[in-house]
This record gives sequence, structure tokens and C-alpha cells, in this order.
Amino acid sequence: MHVCGSHEWTITHFGIRTLLPLNVEVRAGPGCPVCVTPAADIDSVTRLSLQGKTILTYGDMSRAKGSDMSLFEAKAAGGEVQVVYSVHDAVQIAESNPQREFVFFAVGFETTAPPTAYEIIKGPPRNLTFLVSYRYVPPAVGVVASSPELAVDGFINAGHAATITGMKAYQPYFEKTPKPMAFAGFEPIDILISVTMLLKQIVDNEPKMENEYTRAVTWEGNVRAQETMDKVFERVDGYWRGVATIPESGFRIREEFVDSDARVRYGLKETPGAEQFVPEARCGEVILGKIDPPECPLYMKACTPASPKGPTMVSAEGTCKIWAEHKVLAAMRCRT
Amino acid sequence: MCLAYPGKVIAIEGDFARVDFGEGTIRDGVNVSLVAAQIGNYVLVHAGYAIQLVNQAEALKTLKYWREILESLPGDRASYEREVRGGLT
Repeated sequence: MHVCGSHEWTITHFGIRTLLPLNVEVRAGPGCPVCVTPAADIDSVTRLSLQGKTILTYGDMSRAKGSDMSLFEAKAAGGEVQVVYSVHDAVQIAESNPQREFVFFAVGFETTAPPTAYEIIKGPPRNLTFLVSYRYVPPAVGVVASSPELAVDGFINAGHAATITGMKAYQPYFEKTPKPMAFAGFEPIDILISVTMLLKQIVDNEPKMENEYTRAVTWEGNVRAQETMDKVFERVDGYWRGVATIPESGFRIREEFVDSDARVRYGLKETPGAEQFVPEARCGEVILGKIDPPECPLYMKACTPASPKGPTMVSAEGTCKIWAEHKVLAAMRCRT
Repeated sequence: MCLAYPGKVIAIEGDFARVDFGEGTIRDGVNVSLVAAQIGNYVLVHAGYAIQLVNQAEALKTLKYWREILESLPGDRASYEREVRGGLT
């Protein structure tokens, strides 16, 4: 199993599943940040936008529905929403519009969290706060690894998230449930090499933490980025939409930077745990890698990239969207 | 979300760098404060911020594996090479 939407894109785009022997299967796990962002958080930002705050966020995030609507739908209903490329853009927009209130909807994994931490330390303008919904990948890999139902034999770990944390962040989870791991880059060759690494570990019955993406991933990771991130955020329980609440996988702004916390400034209540996919949609099982997209009754029927019903069909990193864009219409598993 | 592209740092001013992503794409204002980048280094850039230095020696090693695989394939090698023009990202 891999846990990164960009890996899914490479695997599907280059037809890697069709190159592998029939008894080798690569499944997509929970690697799409937009897909796992809790509906409750999307509800909070859509409400804020309808109350006149301008929500700044990444393009994909604005199309994912909460329990009721997406940010774009809130915009159509009169809310304020603006798409940005980076958190730095958000700071600049807020600085040049001091009369308006802005909320940066901070979603993503540990790859995206350090730049936001950097801007919060630097001191963003008063009219900009952050609704932080970041998720930390290593504990999620731990949860998936220990699931008897998923029965994953090995992990292609997310290369860019690991450039920040280093391989060491995965060690506690590996020690608890030793399953083969390969930290992989994003070229087709990287995937093939990492699959080979995993197969060798499985055949030799020697699970280890192996590094394929040696040009970017190290054992220690980017220490400066880790320190920046840890200075601003503390690790808390995090709910992954469709998956579970995973200990130590969420981020909360520390007391010292509370002025930048949208949850505090606007008194937002946390309501985790609510499951809000549309009826019959099997997004949660797709996110976990329990099923392939074509096994969902809505896939390419009621739910298409032009008219997505669930987050996995919205995001460029969602398995359904990637499969749909590559016209994959049948499940690709070799065992059930 | 975790997309990142490698590019070469060609100038630095304070926290910001000018980065050459190859094939004519040069971007100003890449924030390099999270890495110890110097001019000439390759960095991985994610949403406007460099998140890691690229280890060139290791990148070349992976390219070498790629070439070995190409050499073991039948047919027109030049067409495979065209496919991977631009090299590894």
C-alpha cells in the first residue's frame, strides 16, 4: 500500500499496476489531505465565509463538500472565498486588504505545515487567522499497518512528507508492527524500485525501513522544518474523514500563538467523529484502500470529476479522481 | 498537496531565492528559510517553499539505475530517452 496521492497519480498514469505480476497488488491508502479533512472543519469555514470572513485556501479544498456544502458553493451563496497557491500569498493578500478579515484554511500533511508555522512565527497581520486542519502521516501508517482487516504486506511511504519528518518518525510504528517499508520518490522508476525493495523484504521475511528516495529523504529529515513546526503546533488527536480518530496525528496552534488561531478567535466548536459522505458513496472505504473506486456504486455514474459527490472525486490526489481521469473503469485487485 | 518540484537555486536574497526549474521556467520569491540552501544547490519546492535540499550524488545514482534498465530493454533506446527528457524530478 502507498499513502500518497502523488504516488497514486504516478502509478495510474504510467500504468504501473499493469506491469506488475498478477500476484502483486498496489493499493492506495489514506494519502489525500483534502479527502481526509473532516467535514466539520469544512462546515466551519463555509459558515465563516457566509458570515463575511474571506476564506483563503488551495483550489482542491474549495470544491470538497462538508456535511452540507463546499467552499465554492458557499461562494455561490454569497460567501467570500479566494484560492491561493501558498500561505505566503495568504499573508500578502491580508496585508494589502487591512479592512477585511481573512481565515487561511490550513490543510495538508507535514509537508505543508512548516511553511505555515514559519509565517505564524514571523507574525502575520492581525486580520489573518489560521484554521489548522493538518494531519501527520506516520501515526496513520501505524494504524493501517496494525489493521488485520486491511492485511497490508508492506508500505510505499510518502517521499515528500518524509523529507520533513525523516524516516525516524516512522520507527516507533515500525517497531510496534514491523511491516516492510520503502520511502519512495515520484518517478515511475522510483515506484518500481520501491516495489522491488518491498518484495525482497517480504520474500526474505526481513521487514525493514528502506530508503529508495535517497536524493531527498534522510533518517533525520529536515530538522529546521521540524523545529519550526513544533514551535508553533502541538500534536493532538486528529480525525481522518472516513477513517478514524488517530492519536497524535492532528495539529493545534500552541498557546503562545493563540492570536493566530481561527478556532479561538471565532469560538469554533470541534465536532469530530461525524461521518458525512452522501448516501451509498463508499469514499471512506476508498480512502482506506478497502475497495477500488469502481466498486463504489456511484463511481462514474452519479459521481464524476465534473460532478463529484465525495472528496475522493474532488481532489487531484483523490483515488477516484485519478482513476476517473485515466478512464479506469474496473477494479484492479488480484485478491479480495 | 505534497507535490514538490526540484529546481536549482540561482540567486538568494534574505529568505527568498530565484529558482530555475529547467526548460525556461524560473521562479522568483521561493522561500528558502526552511533549508540551508546556497547558490547552485538543488532544492525541492512545495507551494512556494523549499522543503529539502536534493542530494545530487544520490540523484545521479538513481539516474544510473534508470539507464541500466533502459539498456536492458529491447528496441529503440532513443525513444525511451525522449520519454524521460528532463530527467528525474
